[in-house]
Amino acid sequence: MDTQLILIGLAGVLASSAPIVFATIGETFAERSGVINLSLNGTILLTAMAGFAVAVTTNSLFLGFLAGALIGGLVALIVAFSSISLKQSQVAVGFILALTCRDLSYYLGNPFMGLQGPRVPSLPIPGLADIPIIGVIFFQQDILVYASFLLIIVSYVFIFKTRPGLMLQGIGEKPATAFVRGANVNRLRYFYTVLGGMLAGLAGPMFSLSVKAGWKGTISGLDGFGWIALALTIFGGWNPLRAAFGAYLFGLLQWLGLVLQPSLPNIPSQVLQVAPFPLMILTLLLVNIGNAEWVDRTLAALPEKTRKWLANFLRALRTSPPASLGVPFENE
Amino acid sequence: MKVELIHIHKHFGAVHANNDINLTVESGKIQGILGENGAGKSTLMKILSGYIQADSGEIRLDGKPVKINSPSDAIRLGIGMLHQDPLDFPPMRVVDNLLIGHDGSLFPNRREVVRAFNELQNQFGFSIDPYAYVDTLTVGERQQLEILRLLWLGARVLILDEPTTGISASQKEKLFETLRRLAAQGMSVIFVSHKLEDVEFLCDRIAVFRKGELVGEVNPPYVTDELVKMMFGRVISLEEKRRYETCDVSFHLDHVTIEDYRLQIRDINLSVSCGEVIGLAGMEGSGQVQFLRTCAGLMRPVAGEINLGGRRLTGKPYRAFLEAGIAYVPASRMEEGLIPGLSLTEHFILAEEQNGFFINFDKALATTRQRIEDFNIKGTPVSTVESLSGGNQQRALLAMLRHPVNLLLLEHPTRGLDIESAIWIWGKLKERCKQGTSIIFTSADLEEILQYSDRILVFYGGKVSPPIDAESTTVEQLGQLIGGKGF
Ligand SMILES: Nc1ncnc2c1ncn2[C@@H]1O[C@H](COP(=O)(O)OP(=O)(O)OP(=O)(O)O)[C@@H](O)[C@H]1O
Ligand SMILES: [Mg+2]
Repeated sequence: MDTQLILIGLAGVLASSAPIVFATIGETFAERSGVINLSLNGTILLTAMAGFAVAVTTNSLFLGFLAGALIGGLVALIVAFSSISLKQSQVAVGFILALTCRDLSYYLGNPFMGLQGPRVPSLPIPGLADIPIIGVIFFQQDILVYASFLLIIVSYVFIFKTRPGLMLQGIGEKPATAFVRGANVNRLRYFYTVLGGMLAGLAGPMFSLSVKAGWKGTISGLDGFGWIALALTIFGGWNPLRAAFGAYLFGLLQWLGLVLQPSLPNIPSQVLQVAPFPLMILTLLLVNIGNAEWVDRTLAALPEKTRKWLANFLRALRTSPPASLGVPFENE
Repeated sequence: MKVELIHIHKHFGAVHANNDINLTVESGKIQGILGENGAGKSTLMKILSGYIQADSGEIRLDGKPVKINSPSDAIRLGIGMLHQDPLDFPPMRVVDNLLIGHDGSLFPNRREVVRAFNELQNQFGFSIDPYAYVDTLTVGERQQLEILRLLWLGARVLILDEPTTGISASQKEKLFETLRRLAAQGMSVIFVSHKLEDVEFLCDRIAVFRKGELVGEVNPPYVTDELVKMMFGRVISLEEKRRYETCDVSFHLDHVTIEDYRLQIRDINLSVSCGEVIGLAGMEGSGQVQFLRTCAGLMRPVAGEINLGGRRLTGKPYRAFLEAGIAYVPASRMEEGLIPGLSLTEHFILAEEQNGFFINFDKALATTRQRIEDFNIKGTPVSTVESLSGGNQQRALLAMLRHPVNLLLLEHPTRGLDIESAIWIWGKLKERCKQGTSIIFTSADLEEILQYSDRILVFYGGKVSPPIDAESTTVEQLGQLIGGKGF
């Protein structure tokens, strides 16, 4: 395989990971504030369908994405309302929404199946696009991919470098303290959950208007990405940079599955297509294995050198969730 | 700033936590607040600091009536509170802790904040690394951090709820010195505590609470017995020291080495007889907790042997330790000991060995009533644990221990308890010793360690002293060892 093909392939990985970056960072915002929005998989499917339908009908890409963001925000609002105001289980509500939205997308999407829709055009950046290697990988993309780069940086800076970002960390970590520091905990949780839902809602149209353009109902091949985004949020330790890294790793695995297929004729193609999913779960497991008590026990039985090395390694990988993730807040 | 609380009432369901409280704190004074567990001290302080709102009553600052509807209102008016359970963000850095809740530009200038913080902490002789993670600080340092933060935000009234539990003697001295300085600068300080000697030593005036009412105020010179009588309605004195060693060695640590990512303690040897009490002294974080967790089977030692009554427990899972009759009561009661949201009855059901698949609620209710009475818990069988006052949570935790236990491991068994309860809890514990239970406990209170243990281990910087006979040592000697002299 020549270099040019590899470069184009890598550029493709960045492009096809962009929706997952959006969904994962959206979820990171919600979870940082203490709310788990488990509906992601349904949100992505529903917004993919709706974004496509709106774009086809109005012939406006912008309106397609707007529809996606609004619907994503609305689904998140349901999660927020039932968990923050009604104090219902976030997990149960989110899960039901994940299933409902998926079925809804297949049902409502029927009339739009297989239609030809608009597609987000690619937009090479003059000057930068001609830089050898880097130009091909990074700067011959469409506007959404640039937006995903920007999102990674902006959300990282926001969460870790700004005052409201610190408060966001605070309300997910220890809401009682954040409350004493003057935060309106529940209002902020609403805000970030809906914001996160809107970002995830953009992921749908990014698929249906760009990465996997079109709407093909159950064979659109979008089912599952939402769950991966949820896993990546954990893998990413609630940090946009690490989360994006996870998203690209997943994209890379998928691409490798495709590329390696011809050279590994003995392995059924389905295996290679599905492999990235269990591999992702395996990575997650490895990253967080240091949290388990039996690991500590096993480590204690090892000889000193190995033990120290392993313990430090696991500790460096280990991330801990916002301490009050999924816990409702009431003062009193 | 002068603070006046006028006719304050607060109900929690049927509990009248504050009943018509009238209290005036002059500026430049240190006001002490004493009272038994559940007397309503924290409730009043939370009202003043905006964490909760009174049902009725008025608050005046420098004579002007004010409305305090939230903690941010309070801090804007210059009222800052140090809560009984530290309200900070443990996994975050000190600077970030300072920044959260501080108004200012979108992008905070961390360097500027660090400079201001260091300037402020130099004034008081504190030395906290602004870039350290809060969970690596000692309880005392977290407290200093919170005080500095409140001052930085412009507090002119400082409320401290039980600030002397869990800090070392030298940190306490420094705290008192700081409070005196602040009062001299015209601040009002409100100091809530169970420790009579602290309150007597520090405060210009003491208000005593009992069962939701302010029963009286006292000016110096204070008479301890009089204060105790106001708090409890009767005079209480310490019991005589008693030793129960009913049999030979029961619990045995042989060349044990403990290690976690923070510290390593090598080669611990200890033999505990039945009925014996071992006190663990040392600065918080010197390895006492790891030691207890190892004895409890929650941590596996990297070398050495653990035996109980001839049974080898080394490397066995926690379950085996439990079955051998080892019980562990951790200090972080809301995190490890109690389950928020469950009632007292449900806790007792979980703690008891159950026969059959279905819960016998009538029986459970009866047991719970009995325990509530035995352990003098202010609450009902249906009270959730988080609605109990700090001291009552501690009692509930101890009331849940099973019978019989061979070895009882206790972290700060009387932290946050008033004297009456502390004496009473130790009475219960010593009763168990009489029946052959051995106890190993930690405490930040050297008096408590000397009073109740037979032998003492001192922890310092990854080392453990050989067992010291409690009869033949003094608070001063222990203090020196804790500071690392003589190791
Ligand atoms: N959120 C709440 N819900 C219900 N009851 C409460 C709540 N907070 C406090 N109480 C009750 O109000 C009473 C006073 O509690 P408070 O915490 O003020 O006591 P305290 O004097 O601070 O005691 P301690 O010394 O044990 O901390 C107690 O009986 C307690 O059970
Ligand atoms: Mg209290």
